[in-house]
Amino acid sequence: MKKIEAIIKPFKLEEVKDRLRQVGVSGMTVYEVKGFGRTGGKTEVYRGSAYVVDFVPKVRIEVVVPDSMAADVVAAISAAAKTGKIGDGKIFVTPIEEAVRIRTGERNEDAI
Amino acid sequence: MKNITRTTVAAVLAAWLLVVLLGAGVAFAQSPTPAAAAAAPPTNAELAARLADVEAYVTNGTPKTLQSSGPGHNAWMMTSSALVLFMTLPGLALFYGGLVRRKNVLSVLAQCLGCAGLVTFLWWLIGYSLTFAPGSSILGGAKFAFLSGVSALPNPDYAAWVSQNVFAMYQLMFAIITPSLIVGAIAERMKYSAIMLFILLWMFIVYFPLAHMVWGVDGLMNGVWNAKAAIKAIDFAGGTVVHMSSGWSALTLCLILGKRKGWGSRAFLPHSLVLTMVGTGMLWVGWYGFNAGSAVAADGIAANAFMTTTIATAIACCVWPLLEWVTRGKPTVLGFCSGAVAGLVVITPATGFVNATGAVIVGVLAGAVPFLACTKLKSIFKYDDALDTFGVHGVGGTLGALVTGFLATPEVNANLNTNLAGIVRHTLWLEQLKAIGLTLVLSVGATALIASIVKAVIGLRPTLEGEEAGLDETDHGEVGYHYDEVAG
Repeated sequence: MKKIEAIIKPFKLEEVKDRLRQVGVSGMTVYEVKGFGRTGGKTEVYRGSAYVVDFVPKVRIEVVVPDSMAADVVAAISAAAKTGKIGDGKIFVTPIEEAVRIRTGERNEDAI
Repeated sequence: MKNITRTTVAAVLAAWLLVVLLGAGVAFAQSPTPAAAAAAPPTNAELAARLADVEAYVTNGTPKTLQSSGPGHNAWMMTSSALVLFMTLPGLALFYGGLVRRKNVLSVLAQCLGCAGLVTFLWWLIGYSLTFAPGSSILGGAKFAFLSGVSALPNPDYAAWVSQNVFAMYQLMFAIITPSLIVGAIAERMKYSAIMLFILLWMFIVYFPLAHMVWGVDGLMNGVWNAKAAIKAIDFAGGTVVHMSSGWSALTLCLILGKRKGWGSRAFLPHSLVLTMVGTGMLWVGWYGFNAGSAVAADGIAANAFMTTTIATAIACCVWPLLEWVTRGKPTVLGFCSGAVAGLVVITPATGFVNATGAVIVGVLAGAVPFLACTKLKSIFKYDDALDTFGVHGVGGTLGALVTGFLATPEVNANLNTNLAGIVRHTLWLEQLKAIGLTLVLSVGATALIASIVKAVIGLRPTLEGEEAGLDETDHGEVGYHYDEVAG
């Protein structure tokens, strides 16, 4: 199993969710986060004082899928979340050792 | 006796009851003083005198014999008092509260609430007396200490038809909001105990004397009403007393206090411009009590103040964001809010003295000059006036006081002819300059002194960790918002 973690622009969440559903992903967890990457933050001006705001609001999505689906999921998220402008985000893939469905006790691939 | 039926007895009793009630009714309808029935009807002269006093009530003139408050004027002044308190609680509290970082929102609210409590106590104790009792030209006496003698009867020194206790409460609301304005400049890095001690001293050394000089019946700078005023200046609702004093004191205090940790390198963003806008609306509405109520009557001068307040504020409200649009590409909500408050500030000393066109001029200046002050002065001189108290109230109040000298006209307010006929529309602006100078020197000097005393006695700032953690936690042990937390 693989956990696919994606940091994306908040307004792209709906599109990514729909695309993941098409690909066969049945669940996800989302967080509101803040962050920045290589291209830095943005400038906001309040009453003449300009501030460089490093931390930009983002959404983090986590899905856990069987190994066979991982590549499709990464491709789906990339396509749906891309705008071509800075701040599009990143995707990370990590291995998952074990999974449990709490309600039924099913384990591993039956749990996701 | 056997022939007397129950019905007969009941009828007799009913008739007796009817006679008694009729007799009582007749007795009540008669004049309470039996002698009156025999007195002569009032003469034409007596009637004319009484009618003249009633007309004086309607026109806000001085009555000759009638000693009473007037219901309409009293009602307006009680309403105005509530409106001005509304400006502080919660208008200013939300306006400032929204501008600070989330971890300091409660500290702003606590400072406004604390001002209300502390100043009210001082006002009752001796504050009202020091401000409005006759005394010297600089400070009133103790005649009204503990509000003794301050009853429902008017004090003719200040109003013909407003109860003195209502007048005292109205003025109290001004005394509350003035120090509350100062907290904007020193937000997020002055500890609560120091703020309260500072305000306690500041009221005695700055506010009571200044308000007495400008509005006291024998005040040094009361140009309209004090024929012996050394400085024949005018200030309708508090351009000098409220805005200049708080603005320049705020500047002085924030310079002595120092900058917030991280100022200049970190972004200190308003945590809720929504709250700020809500506060702005409340300030605008409440300000009608502040400005139109300063007529201390429900009369034509109040009506004029209502109109000029509206015009100047609305125009300034749009000029500021217009300048943002032109210079920076986008009008901001903060710009609308700042413009509105600036308009309200600058029209304050002029509101009962200028006409509609004067109000337009004030509005344009109010949107432009404080805009420049807020956007340029801080970056040039690098001082941390956190919420632009100096930029809006200090600069705006000074501008308003000066412009009033040029735009005031007796056509709007005939009281300007009582003692100032020679200089109004002429050299009044010179007197305004003198008042500005005195106010500035008093505010800056006294604040420097008081701040030094407080700093020496209990210190001004929280610890560095305390400041970083936020004053809500450090001074009040509270959190403003829990709704977004995961656990509970």
